[in-house]
Amino acid sequence: MLEALEFEFMRNALLAGLFVSLTCGVIGTYVVVNRIVFVSGGIAHAAYGGIGFAFFFGLPYMVGTLGFSLLVSMIMAAVTLKARHRADTVIGVLWAIGMATGVILLDLTPGYNVDLMSYLFGSILTVPTSDLWLMLVLNIVILLLVGYFYHDLLAMSYDEAFAQVKGVPVRFLYFLLLGMIALSVVMIIRVVGLILVIALLTIPPYIAETYSKSLFKMMLISTALSASFTLVGLWLSYTFDLTSGATIILVGGAVFFISVLLKPRISGM
Amino acid sequence: MSSPIIEVRNLWFSFNGHTALKAVNLMLDAREFTAIIGPNGGGKTTLLKLLLGLLRPDQGTIRIFGKSPGQAAHRIGYVPQEIGFNKNFPISAMDVTLMGTLKSGKGWAGYSKNDRAAAEETLERLGMSEFRDRRIGELSGGQRQKVFIARAIVNEPEILFLDEPTASIDTKGQTEFYNLLRRLNETTTILMVSHDLMIVSSYVSSVACVNQAVHYHNSAEITEEMLDMHCCPVELVTHGKLPHRVLRNHEDF
Repeated sequence: MLEALEFEFMRNALLAGLFVSLTCGVIGTYVVVNRIVFVSGGIAHAAYGGIGFAFFFGLPYMVGTLGFSLLVSMIMAAVTLKARHRADTVIGVLWAIGMATGVILLDLTPGYNVDLMSYLFGSILTVPTSDLWLMLVLNIVILLLVGYFYHDLLAMSYDEAFAQVKGVPVRFLYFLLLGMIALSVVMIIRVVGLILVIALLTIPPYIAETYSKSLFKMMLISTALSASFTLVGLWLSYTFDLTSGATIILVGGAVFFISVLLKPRISGM
Repeated sequence: MSSPIIEVRNLWFSFNGHTALKAVNLMLDAREFTAIIGPNGGGKTTLLKLLLGLLRPDQGTIRIFGKSPGQAAHRIGYVPQEIGFNKNFPISAMDVTLMGTLKSGKGWAGYSKNDRAAAEETLERLGMSEFRDRRIGELSGGQRQKVFIARAIVNEPEILFLDEPTASIDTKGQTEFYNLLRRLNETTTILMVSHDLMIVSSYVSSVACVNQAVHYHNSAEITEEMLDMHCCPVELVTHGKLPHRVLRNHEDF
């Protein structure tokens, strides 16, 4: 593994993995405790429309996908707030429309010859340095927002009605949260692909939840777990020549099952 | 005679075209301990949410201390319905209590020393100090309810709203809980949604019957009229000692 670090693509892969782990730890924690896994899945898959959009208009992947995902996440936030009891259906529809849009846009793109699989299952080994800079910026933006709104987001996540009575702007925070999920999704797609986004966003926080006394600790533990999965997965995929994204997820999945078996029976699950 | 601290005038509210509350008038004075009773779906919780500013009336006005519910929010404590939600949430009793000191736009500042001192003192007062670092899901129903009370009273509100607070507490715990409310009532106005008419009647000073319309009774006695109004909670029907029949709807309804 160490000699592999001589290659730039390997160093970039490691850095991308670490950046994404931070995002997964922080945003994944909110996804799990707010039970918005399905919405997040919707945003992740609809992001494929953004990939099509980026290619069709000749934009860089991150920029095109970012804009499109943010738009989709805002629509999802508006819809889920307005029609709560049918939100799951609408999310499912947006999920499919987003993907279909992506496929059609790629059809219409002249001379399209991009490796589709790399977006579905990730391509951590081909992250260019420019994307790393964008990831760094996105991470800083997310950390600043979460830092500023930490107590408000905590109150909203734990007890929305109480938070609202206390004057916490829960509607704004919900839009903000879904927006941050969109930013995260775009980064995570780089590493494990859009099909596997949800796994990296939910497995580490789910394991961490049992051992955390606060949301902040849950974020720390999730980040550490996520980083370990990425590093171990990357090493395994390098050693055995396997698809990196899927290997990372399977490492996480294995730990997930072990943790479920070992889970102390305190929380009445 | 002071003016009422809660004033509801000609309040109407509907959900998806179904009338939930109609022509509600309600005046409550300081230091009242009022129980809101009525059948399921009669609008008890809806009324509470309107008073808290969580819902907006279709018609009519709500004034708390002469202001809108939103503006009066910092003088109101709220204990939501305990349905065992979010038991696995990674949060300690102390952090739940601190939530009661939250003000919007706190930003980077977080909780102040005063907030922390107030939270510790409130937990101490409720005999919950030793559980301050426990995760909320590890506490019993009664202990958890005390933490929610602590959260509601940590910033010394003048009114305390409770929504079916005893649902997850056993009978012994309930007596203790109502005694606690009685002590709080010495300084705080209490408005409580309840199913538990029999116990309530020995603690409260007034009763508001809610079944679309609201009837206010300035005494804690359970009258034939209340039964007539279908204000009769399920527990009373099945276990109560009062004779009970399913009666015609009150003429008002």
